[in-house]
Amino acid sequence: LTHLMRFLLLFSRQGKLRLQKWFTPLTDREKKKVIRDMMMMVLARPPRTCNFLQWRDLKIVYKRYASLYFCTGLEDQDNELLTLEVLHRYVELLDKYFGNVCELDIIFNFEKAYFILDEFLMGGEILETSRMAVAGSLEEADTLQEVKDQTVYYSVPQY
Amino acid sequence: MPAVSKGDGMRGLAVFISDIRNKSKEAEIKRINKELANIRSKFKGDKALDGYSKKKYVCKLLFIFLLGHDIDFGHMEAVNLLSSNKYTEKQIGYLFISVLVNSNSELIRLINNAIKNDLSSRNPTFMCLALHCIANVGSREMAEAFASEIPRILVADTMDSVKQSAALCLLRLYKTSPDLVLMGEWTSRVVHLLNDQHMFQGVVTAAISLITCLSQKNPDEFKTCVSLAVSRLSRIVSSASTDLQDYTYYFVPAPWLSCKLLRLLQCYPPPEDGAVKGRLVECLETILNKAQEPPKSKKVQHSNAKNAILFEAISLIIHYDEPNLLVRACNQLGQFLQHRETNLRYLALESMCTLASSEFSHEAVKTHIETVINALKTERDVSVRQRAADLLYAMCDRSNAKQIVAEMLSYLETADYSIREEMVLKVAILAEKYAVDYSWYVDTILNLIRIAGDYVSEEVWYRVIQIVINRDDVQGYAAKTVFEALQAPACHENMVKVGGYILGEFGNLIAGDPRSPLVQFNLLHSKFHLCSVPTRALLLSAYIKFINLFPETKVTIQEVLRCDSQIRNSDVELQQRAVEYLKLSSIASTDVLATVLEEMPPFPERESSILAKLKKKKGPGAVSVTELDDSKREGGELNGGGERAADTAAMAASNASTPSPSADLLGIRSSAPMGAAPAAAGSLLVDVFSEAGPAAPAAAVNNDGFLFVCKNNGVLFENQLLQIGIKSEYRQNLRMYLFYGNKTSVQFASFSTTVSCPGELTPQLNVQSKPVEPLVEGGAQIQQVLNIECLSDFSDAPLLNIKFYGGALQNLTLKLPVTINKFFQPTEMTSQDFFQRWKQLSLLGLGSALLDNVDPNPENYVCAGVIQTKGQQVGCLLRLEPNAQAQMYRLTLRCSKESVSKRLCELLSQQF
Repeated sequence: LTHLMRFLLLFSRQGKLRLQKWFTPLTDREKKKVIRDMMMMVLARPPRTCNFLQWRDLKIVYKRYASLYFCTGLEDQDNELLTLEVLHRYVELLDKYFGNVCELDIIFNFEKAYFILDEFLMGGEILETSRMAVAGSLEEADTLQEVKDQTVYYSVPQY
Repeated sequence: MPAVSKGDGMRGLAVFISDIRNKSKEAEIKRINKELANIRSKFKGDKALDGYSKKKYVCKLLFIFLLGHDIDFGHMEAVNLLSSNKYTEKQIGYLFISVLVNSNSELIRLINNAIKNDLSSRNPTFMCLALHCIANVGSREMAEAFASEIPRILVADTMDSVKQSAALCLLRLYKTSPDLVLMGEWTSRVVHLLNDQHMFQGVVTAAISLITCLSQKNPDEFKTCVSLAVSRLSRIVSSASTDLQDYTYYFVPAPWLSCKLLRLLQCYPPPEDGAVKGRLVECLETILNKAQEPPKSKKVQHSNAKNAILFEAISLIIHYDEPNLLVRACNQLGQFLQHRETNLRYLALESMCTLASSEFSHEAVKTHIETVINALKTERDVSVRQRAADLLYAMCDRSNAKQIVAEMLSYLETADYSIREEMVLKVAILAEKYAVDYSWYVDTILNLIRIAGDYVSEEVWYRVIQIVINRDDVQGYAAKTVFEALQAPACHENMVKVGGYILGEFGNLIAGDPRSPLVQFNLLHSKFHLCSVPTRALLLSAYIKFINLFPETKVTIQEVLRCDSQIRNSDVELQQRAVEYLKLSSIASTDVLATVLEEMPPFPERESSILAKLKKKKGPGAVSVTELDDSKREGGELNGGGERAADTAAMAASNASTPSPSADLLGIRSSAPMGAAPAAAGSLLVDVFSEAGPAAPAAAVNNDGFLFVCKNNGVLFENQLLQIGIKSEYRQNLRMYLFYGNKTSVQFASFSTTVSCPGELTPQLNVQSKPVEPLVEGGAQIQQVLNIECLSDFSDAPLLNIKFYGGALQNLTLKLPVTINKFFQPTEMTSQDFFQRWKQLSLLGLGSALLDNVDPNPENYVCAGVIQTKGQQVGCLLRLEPNAQAQMYRLTLRCSKESVSKRLCELLSQQF
């Protein structure tokens, strides 16, 4: 049985990791290896080359948006072009949320970047392709967090 | 700090992040340690933290972790956040749990409790958070706790967003623990999700992912989804670009859903129902037609989405293997081959590789040969060139082989280092597969060595030698060609190897002027000092062969052998060869020499091991179908044919009667399986008597375990990744220690081994083994103990299967060297007893303790032993009578059970 998308990494041109999402269980060591290899391969690519690479038995699909690289590893049977659009859709969602998103937004609001991704992908599969629907649920979440809950917060008993 | 900080920004967090930024590594660590200490004290402090602070600190910890530092606390605080009824606090809690999964069971119990509460909260946002957490962690424990609950949520009357999350969450659990996700009663309701006309597209998209995965395992249960998928697809394909509102992506209606539907259909054969099939073909044709329409937008997103659907449709067409559609698909891809988008050229090349393997489209693919060759020459991007090379390989057949091989050869001169080895393997395979005349084949391989000698692996040059040996029509040509190739002042060492071997065998075929024997010898010897030890060893063997081929070279060669640099060489192998060959050439008669050094017998016909190597390089799934056809013919055992040659070598050597020939040879042969290792010693031992050379690589593995019949320790298997050592001892049961050594610097994951007793061996042997650790670190060795009990006598060997992930999924099966004689218990007896029993055992037999003063003839060896099986004890006696003059042995075995003596006889005869 296969996982189509294995991981999604966001890293900067300087090789700083900004976001990592793993859709299959890997040890920390393996993760570090993947991150290192991806940065090495992708950052070394000259401009205007194609967005696909073969790495071990995975297809690597990556795309650069301004200073950030979005890089994902796919099972062999997954669709590269559509994956490029998954990346693009994610960028659009970030953009819609932050308004003209830049790397700094993702650094300072990393948790939001994760939440947005979660609204969009689950287990490496696309959860919601409608930008409206995703944006809608994000807005709802923000509304939720802005409502001041006046009830006293009870600390959960210590175990 | 950025201006934007939506929701309730955590100021403390933002300050901390900007503090860390642009700090040196050292300063960063210092700042982080300070912060960690601060957080720790806050968590431990007497004052109960409010939700906001707790959230802030947990978020800081998360940030520190994502920077690459270890975090070993805060889990409990994160779990506390899960029970908050503030959305943001809950959300951060879940995020922390998802990223820093912890296997502490008490913690898991608490987490599961919180998830359970949220799942039953009827608050859709909370339910989604909980489902996300389950999917993100995706552990078996999660599956155990929730696999039965989620299908209920999926089909219940909840919000669409919850349904979507439930579908994908279930999919994720199914992938980790398929046994725990029982669809049963839910199946029809899940399929029904495709049916609902008004259903939100998002739910359908998620449901299809789930159904596609489930139907791969249980196609029959989900069969009804085919017609539903076709009608959905048809509606999307025929819809106008605005019909689907927000599900239209850059003027392409529902690209994700379309691709998923097409993917789902690839799990099934073409629909049997004519109407459904007709509708589907119509869809596929519409998709192909749309590719010709002018784009509705200039944005790359538009063309990507549109072409994503097209490529998925082509995959389905390839799956159906339908002639008309295949040819249309091929024409479409042909257009893409020259598209200005690099991505499309790349994908077209990739997709055409698959088309090339269908009989219906192979010819259509071939028409693009010029474009592909051009791509190989002119593409700027190495990954595109790589695909072009793959496609040339896939489209190659008898009609275009010469052209393709020539192009690949010329490309090799400038090819990127990263793909040279693979290119070499491909050229070697094509040259052999489509060789009509073998002189072309020989030329091609020698060219390969000349152009890319460093990348020519052993498999390749072994193979050319094998073929030359087997085909007498090409031997003279090969000898002449290598002779010419060796004229080059600097030629690759692999060329010297091939040259040495071939001239040693067939130099006589070209020995006329100007290639007189001495000229040939001097030519070879002029390269000698520049070569590595294994090559020198091979050359020494070629020299002794020369002495046989050309008696007139004897004096010169003996002089070379006699000189100090040979006969006192610090390398033991070279020294031994020099000494033995010198001795052999001076004491053996011409007849004996002629017998010992006879021309190699033909190798048994078999498939090339180069293919296996290529497949291994490319990793699973990357082998095109053309290659798969070959592998079918190839059968399971690569190189199996090597045994004969190796045995012949052993025989020839024991005939030569040097003082302890058999002992030496056993040593040599038992090292042979190391041949695949690049280590000098390995390849050197392989061609001790040159003959064993071609048989070497990994797969020579353990010729039925004969190597280990008389040995208890040694190397069972070795390749570039893995070495398996073995040690066995007999104490009532056979205890076998396997040592798995990771030769690489990277970790092997999912390492697992299984021992099986195929066929009739099951009731004969009882093998117990403990599972091994699933991770083998780079350079590390792990040990496994097998306990083997013999229930009754046997002749097959148990199989050891090893699977692990080292670069690609590796899977190998070896025969374990468990032979009946391992269960011997030595027996002492007197001469009288021995012969009394000898006479009683009128059948063939064998023994195991070497007995002195038993046989009246002191030259003879006799042994006695009892094979201990659970069922019975089998007494065995053995008598070995050497006849020194005739240089022969007679071996007689007598046992109390005929099948045992038969097997022992087979085993032992292999040892001489």
